[in-house]
Amino acid sequence: MELKEHILELIRRASTDLPPDVEARLKRAYDEAEEGSTEKSVFNVILENVKLARENSTPICQDTGHVIFYVNYPLGMKEWEITEEIKKAVIEATEKNYLRPNAVDPITGKNSGNNIGKNAPYITYHCWDKDYIEFKLMLKGGGSENVGVQYKLPDASLKAGRDLEGVRKVIIDAVTKAQGFGCAPGTVGVGIGGDRGVSYLLSKKTFFRKMDSKNENPVLAEFEDRLEKELNSLGIGPMGFGGKTTVLDVFVDAQHRHPATYYVSVSYMCWAFRRKTMIVKSNGEVEYDD
Amino acid sequence: MTIKINLPVSEEEIRKLKIGDEVLLSGTMVTARDQAHKLMVEKKPDFIRPYLKDSVIYHCGPVVRKNENGEWEFVAAGPTTSSREEPYQADVIKEYQVRGIIGKGGMGEKTLKGLQETGAVYFHAVGGLGTLLAKRVVKVKEVFMLEEFGTPEAFWVIEVKDFPVVVTMDSHGNSLHKKVLEESLKREKELLGL
Repeated sequence: MELKEHILELIRRASTDLPPDVEARLKRAYDEAEEGSTEKSVFNVILENVKLARENSTPICQDTGHVIFYVNYPLGMKEWEITEEIKKAVIEATEKNYLRPNAVDPITGKNSGNNIGKNAPYITYHCWDKDYIEFKLMLKGGGSENVGVQYKLPDASLKAGRDLEGVRKVIIDAVTKAQGFGCAPGTVGVGIGGDRGVSYLLSKKTFFRKMDSKNENPVLAEFEDRLEKELNSLGIGPMGFGGKTTVLDVFVDAQHRHPATYYVSVSYMCWAFRRKTMIVKSNGEVEYDD
Repeated sequence: MTIKINLPVSEEEIRKLKIGDEVLLSGTMVTARDQAHKLMVEKKPDFIRPYLKDSVIYHCGPVVRKNENGEWEFVAAGPTTSSREEPYQADVIKEYQVRGIIGKGGMGEKTLKGLQETGAVYFHAVGGLGTLLAKRVVKVKEVFMLEEFGTPEAFWVIEVKDFPVVVTMDSHGNSLHKKVLEESLKREKELLGL
């Protein structure tokens, strides 16, 4: 089977099959919601939608998002050849309604109709020392992307200084401002440090982590746990209707910064947290993960 | 407790609804987004009038396909963000005597006032329910302006059955969005020590 077919299947899975770790976290939110509450009803229909989408092989959400690939490939493969296969798969996935046409030229206002355009899909390549190729795919919804925000510390209005306590304050502010607009309960990805661009990239890359996974850095692990509890005390709830679960998880990563700058980028992933991983071995064997 | 409402619906019945009420809608409604709202305010077309009177507008840009019989079918049809229609909504509600708006994210003061004046409510659908809500669309009855506006922006006249929504803005000036915002801002201040 050619690579394009495997990538097409990866896209189908990402769009229609919510990762089990995310589904389990939503189930926990359902269990924790009060009997007879609107919050409980919302999680009930969300879980039913997840099941229907999987059974019918139709998109979990009609906004199938920005299409973002991270590819690790072995020495000898060529990036431009992989890009061609990805593009062919994306076009076919759009024809099959796994993806909605979401690539719009901002100058002409024209939708390309097939999700192909400049940096669409967005692909990051790394050559690695393994003998197989790995694709990581994220479909990032537009509504949730709109509530993402970047802070420059110190921030006087929030009394947020250049330390972890300052980072904590701006994250709480970002989630309060987001209310239900990013299709809460969201997952919060935070990138500390770097320049403005790299800071956002780091915040997004955290979304390849699984729900309830522990941060390798013990300081950040404790920080994430504290924030998850605090953010869930805001009472915003699913879709901003009020409730106990405002966020599903918090993922934080840090990178070295320039002495003069201190950026904190907060990315927001809607409850329809769509990601999948696939490896294709040299003997043609394919394995999928979430 | 869930309230069942059949469309078209009377002003009296709509005025009974309060924020936080969970509702299942059945009957005929119309999808409309940015271009449709602009058209309704600027040109006031009559072709959509009979479908909107005492019915509901759904802010939605669906994924649709034609089935084997050549009939339109909704594949994924969750709500889109409503705030983009804020400049138009109150005028549209009044002009066409609409009894409800379905969308997500809620709307502003002008719409809240319009809901009060005409006797209408804002129903919030759950964002991301692409497949589930498409399944509650039992029939596509008509489509207008498909050529001119394209699939997501066209007026799709649809029949729905047990379409789940929550009233977040009622016809008495109450908004659940304002309430949740105020309470969460209070909690934020505590957490930040401001």
